[in-house]
Amino acid sequence: MNESGKLMNGAEVLLECLAREGVDCFFGYPGGVTLPFYDALFDSHIRHVLVRHEENACFAAEGYARSTGKVGVCCATSGPGATNLVTGLVDAMMDSIPIIAITGQVTSKLIGSDAFQEADTFGITRPATKHNFMVKNVQELPQIVHEAFYIASSGRPGPVLIDIPKDVFQARGHYTPVDTIHLPGYKVFTEGHAGQIRRAAQLIWEAERPFVYAGGGTVLGKASEELTELVELVDLPAVCTLMALGSLSSSHPNFISMPGMHGSYAANMGMTECDLLIALGTRFDDRVTGQLQAFARHARVIHVDIDPAEVGKNRVPDIPIVGDVKRVLQKLNKVLTELEPEFKPKQAASRAQWWSRIRDWQTEHPYDRSRAEDEIKPQHLMDEIDRLSGGQAIVTADVGQHQMWAAQLVRFNEPHLWINSGGLGAMGFGLPAALGAQMARPDKLVFAICGDGGFQMSIPELATIASHALPIKIIVMNNGYLGMVRQWQTLFYNNRLSAVELDCFPDAEKLAGAYGFKGRTIDKPWQLAQALEEAVKEPGPYLLNVKVTRDENVYPMVPAGGAIHEMVLGPPQPVVVA
Amino acid sequence: MQTISILLENKPGALLRVTGVLSARGYNIESLTVAKTLDPQLSRMTIVVDVEERIRTQVVKQINKLINVLQATDLTDSPAVIREMVLVRVRCHQESRTTVLKEAEIFHSRVVDSSTEGFAIEATGDPEKLDEFIEVMRSYGEIDVARSGAIAMSLESKKLRLQPPVAAPATTPAFTEPRL
Repeated sequence: MNESGKLMNGAEVLLECLAREGVDCFFGYPGGVTLPFYDALFDSHIRHVLVRHEENACFAAEGYARSTGKVGVCCATSGPGATNLVTGLVDAMMDSIPIIAITGQVTSKLIGSDAFQEADTFGITRPATKHNFMVKNVQELPQIVHEAFYIASSGRPGPVLIDIPKDVFQARGHYTPVDTIHLPGYKVFTEGHAGQIRRAAQLIWEAERPFVYAGGGTVLGKASEELTELVELVDLPAVCTLMALGSLSSSHPNFISMPGMHGSYAANMGMTECDLLIALGTRFDDRVTGQLQAFARHARVIHVDIDPAEVGKNRVPDIPIVGDVKRVLQKLNKVLTELEPEFKPKQAASRAQWWSRIRDWQTEHPYDRSRAEDEIKPQHLMDEIDRLSGGQAIVTADVGQHQMWAAQLVRFNEPHLWINSGGLGAMGFGLPAALGAQMARPDKLVFAICGDGGFQMSIPELATIASHALPIKIIVMNNGYLGMVRQWQTLFYNNRLSAVELDCFPDAEKLAGAYGFKGRTIDKPWQLAQALEEAVKEPGPYLLNVKVTRDENVYPMVPAGGAIHEMVLGPPQPVVVA
Repeated sequence: MQTISILLENKPGALLRVTGVLSARGYNIESLTVAKTLDPQLSRMTIVVDVEERIRTQVVKQINKLINVLQATDLTDSPAVIREMVLVRVRCHQESRTTVLKEAEIFHSRVVDSSTEGFAIEATGDPEKLDEFIEVMRSYGEIDVARSGAIAMSLESKKLRLQPPVAAPATTPAFTEPRL
């Protein structure tokens, strides 16, 4: 290895690495052992966003990554700083989000001595990351950082943590350019088996009732265009999972909404009744499949995924294809085009019949969009946000009822617009994720849709949003409950509402005012459209607290462990006594 | 019991990553051995577990996914030699000493220490054979046992597929101004 460039300290070497990786902005919180790093940062052109809690640094980095498809970077000090990152790392792990987390560690010679703010970050984050590193000396820093970026962003993406002792930040060294990355055990399968792809194409043309089940991999793999081409080429009905919304535009006529626990009736019936399920970049999550034995029970399954460990994990596919979903779809679409003249006419009648069944399901049980005269229904709120967004805005969500209604009712015409904590279901995600997304895409209208529970978990970030004057539209869907838990207590625990009532919520106008921006509370349906428009027009941040019907439940709902075609479509009908 | 053979990088934390895949799923490790290979940068690890097949397949896939792991192979249903070593200290009466030595010979084991109290004996063999050996020794008196855990060698020539080096993404220097 050739040494080049001037003598620097480890902190500057790290900044050089970050800059070379194209990092323009990252989220962090300084502390004792990262002092040398923050000192070097003082002279750097890389923007640092000082969040108000390290967990939110990771969530914000996720917002950055999820809204751009680039690697998000966060930074924390040793001990509590590092442990506070863990929820965010696991969140990124569950949703396969490329994140680099940099943590400071106590000086090498103090490691293991229970030094002040020491924690075994390397050990704690091992199962929370795709991979993690502990840097031993400044010479290996460039190699490790570039390897970390490569691991985070290639294959099935994920979070990678680099733990750096204080003395490594201080040590004198050089930035050594890294020409190659050699990780002999890191196998990335991208191309897909040509024979399997051909067989898949044949099955797709032969199927009478094919159905596309697109997952988060189609967003992560930037395969939106190829997915759309596939759907149009064969005129396939397609669902996008919670992680994939926008990958096929919600406005596309072939889009059959979201499947799963709170998915649409047509999506779940389509999954159940199809004879060929084309699963793309997805992991057959329990919230999608419901009871596995009943899931897609008549169907043969084509499963494309970049992670060999996902293929056959929950459902054994008839045609497994391990590869990058974009590459595989490019090849698949090519073969499908070749086979088109031979096969297309054959299934025309059965395909038409299949489409008419799907259209019937869609009309029989559309999503509930009912409105009330003197209350704001949550669905009404989402409809209005959808109207203002027109499928163009970035929408982040927390976890719970509002997340499901937003996923059902707000359209996303592109990938990277819908940002939520899918796998981990981490409350408090929405606000910091919006912060990261708005930093990454300043031109975009960003809504942070929060529940009154999740919002109160990340209130500190109002300060960060205010100090950067980020024009985020924070919409609190306030029902005074931890709504989703309340819904389960109502439906499955005899309505014994235990520890779910949030009886105190700050005055939104005063709260926002305290941070120096505008806020408002509304509770009448006729205020809604105007209030949202006002929020959007406001050049700075805006906090809109929307008091909605308190006891509304999200439907359709597949009870836990149930088959997805056995949905509860609405509230139990009152028993009429004759 | 099933045997998984793993070739991994000889790096701090690599062992924990592998065992973590099992412990995260609540599975116990029956035995584990690990040592350097001919290439000192690599280690060979043999893990014996009791995990049903479907989950074992998943576990092996997850282990294979680890960055530090070059190859993980389930040897349960493939031809392999599996051997283990045991050290047994047996305290026996004066009159049974000759019989103990006879038994040791039957198991092709070696006496590594002898005293008035008894013997220390070293035996190798497949793990079931060693179970029998230990049972036999126990019948002569009080024993102490230390087992090495199984080591395994596949008899199939399975090609090791390694990721070749990739070119690092082209980057542009960040700082042109002298900074110190």
